[in-house]
Amino acid sequence: MGKFDNKGKRGMPELNTSSLPDLIFTMLFFFMIVTSMREVTLKVEFKVPQGTELEKLEKKSLVSFIYVGRPTEELRKKMGSESRIQLNDKFADVSEVMDYVYQERANMSESDQPYMRVSLKIDQDTKMGIVTDIKQALRKAYALKINYSAQMRQ
Amino acid sequence: MARKKRSVPGINSSSTADIAFILLIFFLITTSMDTDRGLARQLPPPPQDQELEDIIVKERNVLAVRLNASNQLMCGSDYIDIKDLKARAKEFITNPSNDPNLPEKHPKQIPFFGNVMITDKHVISVQNDRGTSYETYFNVQNELIAAYNELRNELAMSQFHKKYAECSEEEQEAIRDYYPQKISEAEPKNYGGKK
Repeated sequence: MGKFDNKGKRGMPELNTSSLPDLIFTMLFFFMIVTSMREVTLKVEFKVPQGTELEKLEKKSLVSFIYVGRPTEELRKKMGSESRIQLNDKFADVSEVMDYVYQERANMSESDQPYMRVSLKIDQDTKMGIVTDIKQALRKAYALKINYSAQMRQ
Repeated sequence: MARKKRSVPGINSSSTADIAFILLIFFLITTSMDTDRGLARQLPPPPQDQELEDIIVKERNVLAVRLNASNQLMCGSDYIDIKDLKARAKEFITNPSNDPNLPEKHPKQIPFFGNVMITDKHVISVQNDRGTSYETYFNVQNELIAAYNELRNELAMSQFHKKYAECSEEEQEAIRDYYPQKISEAEPKNYGGKK
């Protein structure tokens, strides 16, 4: 059985890696497309409530965010643990919500402005008082399309 | 001066993979795949002038949903559990037995359905306290929208034999005419002193 007692060392054929960069590039492009970089650093902690009748938030460019929650651990000593509003990168007062909406609207192109939507990311333990104040401010600023951010209930 | 063609040495491309890897890892870290979801609502426009124009609504057409500072839910005149709210809302919107205490029905011409009796004057009024927790408020909103969505789905199933979301634009509009979403939010009251 000369066929099987082949004792001589056989050279392992080299794996062709020339297409490896292409593979990696494909993955890279995938992640580049799906990525959405968070443009604000969160200064408040929030856990959004859970719901069943949720809709997807389309077109990120049309959406402005308002965050409400307790200040994060590091900031709690300075700011206290009461619920606070965060607009862009800083804490804000209810009176600043209107200006914020106007500013966000001014940054949009004319044709997009009627489709503006405000997403409210609010901690589930927040009291309604502060939420109502925000809603009244939004009404005054004619930002009538809102979205209560939530998680899908399993 | 015809020169001899020189052969160009190939660029060593073995490090392209490494460069691509670094970029890949960067985007892997910064990516956030979770899509934002939420409950879409439409706010009423601000009151035009200070004089409040009270629209007179018959009592039978209003379902008052109230939330107090200790997150108790009151529907009509009795305390109920959040789980029962959807059923209550659905009964209120449809008024299946023509109950005189539930919203009055009016005939309306709707495409696909013809002349039907619908409760187009009904209003669900949600009122909350400043001390109500956001979670409770959100759950109430969720249940009310669920009631409307279920009714619309049932109607779409019986009429078009498909789900509401799968209906065409005109069909959806007809269904929305049949069950218009009317959730009104009253100005909040502050019963308890603490904000």
